[in-house]
Amino acid sequence: MDSVRYDGERRGNRVPIALKILIAGGFGAGKTTLVSALSEVRPLQTEEILTGAGIDTDDLSGVETKTTTTVAMDFGRITINEDLQLYLFGTPGQDRFWFLWDELAFGALGAVVLADTRRLADCFPSIDYFEQRGIPFVVGVNCFDDARRFSLEAVRRALDLDPDVPMVLCDARDRQSGKTVLISLVEHVARHRGEPVPTA
Amino acid sequence: MQTDLPGHRHEWLDDDAGPVVRPYTLTGGRARPSTDGLDLVAYVLAKPDPDLAAFPELHPEHRLLVELAGRGTPVVELAADLDLAIGVVRVLLGDLLSRGLVAVHQPPRATYLPDNDILKAVVDGLRAL
Repeated sequence: MDSVRYDGERRGNRVPIALKILIAGGFGAGKTTLVSALSEVRPLQTEEILTGAGIDTDDLSGVETKTTTTVAMDFGRITINEDLQLYLFGTPGQDRFWFLWDELAFGALGAVVLADTRRLADCFPSIDYFEQRGIPFVVGVNCFDDARRFSLEAVRRALDLDPDVPMVLCDARDRQSGKTVLISLVEHVARHRGEPVPTA
Repeated sequence: MQTDLPGHRHEWLDDDAGPVVRPYTLTGGRARPSTDGLDLVAYVLAKPDPDLAAFPELHPEHRLLVELAGRGTPVVELAADLDLAIGVVRVLLGDLLSRGLVAVHQPPRATYLPDNDILKAVVDGLRAL
């Protein structure tokens, strides 16, 4: 359809560039908290409806059974300037929503994986996902009050992270701390330049 | 950038109630938009002075979308403002596109990596927040 176009040159009405950043991590790792801390508006929520045809077929009824589920996605916005906006998307937590991740990750600038040192294994799937797709990411180690502090090196070993993946200690509730994590991500993306372009 | 609409909430319904209307009723059961792959952050921009009266078949939600898109609004924000699922909003936007009432500006595709100027602007902007 010709009214759909990539309008890189921007004509007439100025349309800002929107960059997507994903906030991933295990359940309870602080994804929503981080999106809230960073967003200039109260975090917004949207839903995607999943429809699956039921496996039961009943010839007599001739009626398809369908199951629908709604998945909520949190997102927030940071306006950098009138031409540039960041959209932060908290990823849905369960593995069965991977296809939604594909949509979120498509064309994304990069990702933040939040790690909770009490449940490090919970962020393995997120790390695998971004590694496999070549999407640049940083790991934010969320410092929960009651968590034992580990050295970043110990966490890096436990996560089996590549040495070039930045790790940042953070407090997901704190805006300044969240900003530091995002800055380290963007700097990491900049270092990635010149390498094969990630395919979503 | 835009004001939040009150949405379609009622005092006597909270989130626990779940959807009270089947989600795709509004689209007449159509779950696939006429246009594929509207990105979540694609900007929707209404045509200047759209002649909505010429399209009596459109729902109030269509009209709200045109109104909200007056200043250019990403798909995901339209969905949040209207309190409708992304999939439903995509179908409605397809209707508006086919009638020439809105234009969509897709974000740069996956083969694209923002240039250094953009990345630098992001870092500077974040530091300045």
